[in-house]
Amino acid sequence: MQYLLLIYTNENAMLNAPKEAATQMISAYQAYTEAMTKAGVRVGSNRLRPTSDATTVRAPNGKASVLNGPFAETKEQLAGYYLLEAPDLDVALSWAKRCPGATYGSIEVRPVWA
Amino acid sequence: MLAARTRDVAGAEDALSEAFAAALADWPASGVPRAPEAWLLTVARRKLIDAARRRRTSDDAVDVIELLAEAQPEAEIPDERLRLMFACAHPAIDEGVRAPLILQVVLGFDAAAIASAFLVAPATMGQRLVRAKSRIRQAGIPFSVPGRDELAERLDAVLEAIYAIFAEGWSDPAGTQVQTRGLAEEAIWLGRLVASLMPQEPEVLGLLALMLHAEARRVARRDAAGEFVPLGEQDPQRWDGALIAEAETLLLAASRMNAPGRFQLEAAVQSAHAARRSTGRTDWMAIVALYDALIAVTGSIVVAINRAVALAELEGPAAGMALLDTLQSDRRLAEYQPYWAARAELLARLESSGAAREAYTRAIGLEADPAVRRFLQRRLAALG
Repeated sequence: MQYLLLIYTNENAMLNAPKEAATQMISAYQAYTEAMTKAGVRVGSNRLRPTSDATTVRAPNGKASVLNGPFAETKEQLAGYYLLEAPDLDVALSWAKRCPGATYGSIEVRPVWA
Repeated sequence: MLAARTRDVAGAEDALSEAFAAALADWPASGVPRAPEAWLLTVARRKLIDAARRRRTSDDAVDVIELLAEAQPEAEIPDERLRLMFACAHPAIDEGVRAPLILQVVLGFDAAAIASAFLVAPATMGQRLVRAKSRIRQAGIPFSVPGRDELAERLDAVLEAIYAIFAEGWSDPAGTQVQTRGLAEEAIWLGRLVASLMPQEPEVLGLLALMLHAEARRVARRDAAGEFVPLGEQDPQRWDGALIAEAETLLLAASRMNAPGRFQLEAAVQSAHAARRSTGRTDWMAIVALYDALIAVTGSIVVAINRAVALAELEGPAAGMALLDTLQSDRRLAEYQPYWAARAELLARLESSGAAREAYTRAIGLEADPAVRRFLQRRLAALG
């Protein structure tokens, strides 16, 4: 089964983190990605640019409206994702727990509708 | 404990929670009863009798008669808990749910807290617990301490479940996670309970000794800044001398029974480490010998990794690496952090920095504890 790990963190705190902490975080993510790849569970992953670069489109009744920024203002923002292949939810959760982002934010684990 | 009477765990829990509610309602007015546990049990039993009367099945009628006969407060509460533990860790119960079941049934943890501790979705944990409890009821799993012939095997399952609870608490030394805080203490409490009721079982004493030795080092596993300190770099004076002394007494008593087992051997390894507190050195030869014995008993790959690390201390990193290499083909290792951390450490000592770097990276990626992750990152950076 495929699971999507959605990483939510406080974007401002992350962007304003001291350089040393940021470097540590980036290398932790690289190691995490590597471990996931070597274990043969990683299908795909990406880091997202901040919500200030987001654009939201709605088109009720075919009339488009385009807005700057994310769909909703929240305390934690979607920062990236991992798509993984796992036999069951327990295994997916074990990977979510290891995600460096879990220390500072939250990881939403969603089964892919297949 | 009530379930031991009626073989209905779900019913017993409901009655007990009603009793707690009654206790909360009554106590402020009437004062705390002198023996709150016995009192609670009496109230719960009364509630259960009421519920059983309402169901009015022939089965329950028998139970009700028994319950009425026993409705006097009595002193043997711990015995009930022991019987309950044997039911929860029965071979017919799925191994993975035994420890959670004990937490819920014997210690009263709620399903959500147990789910977090064992890293399982709350709904899933709820279902597993319900299924296990209905299995106890429908399969007629007895609430009793098994007879001599099958005691050893059944007792192992109980001890393993208690150790699983301890391990969940142990993985969070800083006590930062609300849901696992106190699990190690709860497991030690269960260990003490079983040890007080079965003092003639060496493995029971062994498990308690093992948990106490580990617990004695809890504080020393982190420095003032909250950073991880590996065993070899811990200051033995920060270990808890009283807990170590208690563990040593238990282990000595167990060893006199001349029936070594997994938990006694593991406790003996910890005892050898604890000796550094008084001797200033670690007897690696003894530790390797103990791991040899453990491998013979368990055949566990986790033990094999520990043995390789101990052998590296005794005969040098190359000997340890040679042992680790023999394990390589096991596919489970791809997700097992201690294997990669051990590899990285030995490769670093062998000055094979490329391979060490790769192994550290795997270990960092598999680690969930941020303090240990930072520790491994520092080691990686030190490779230059």
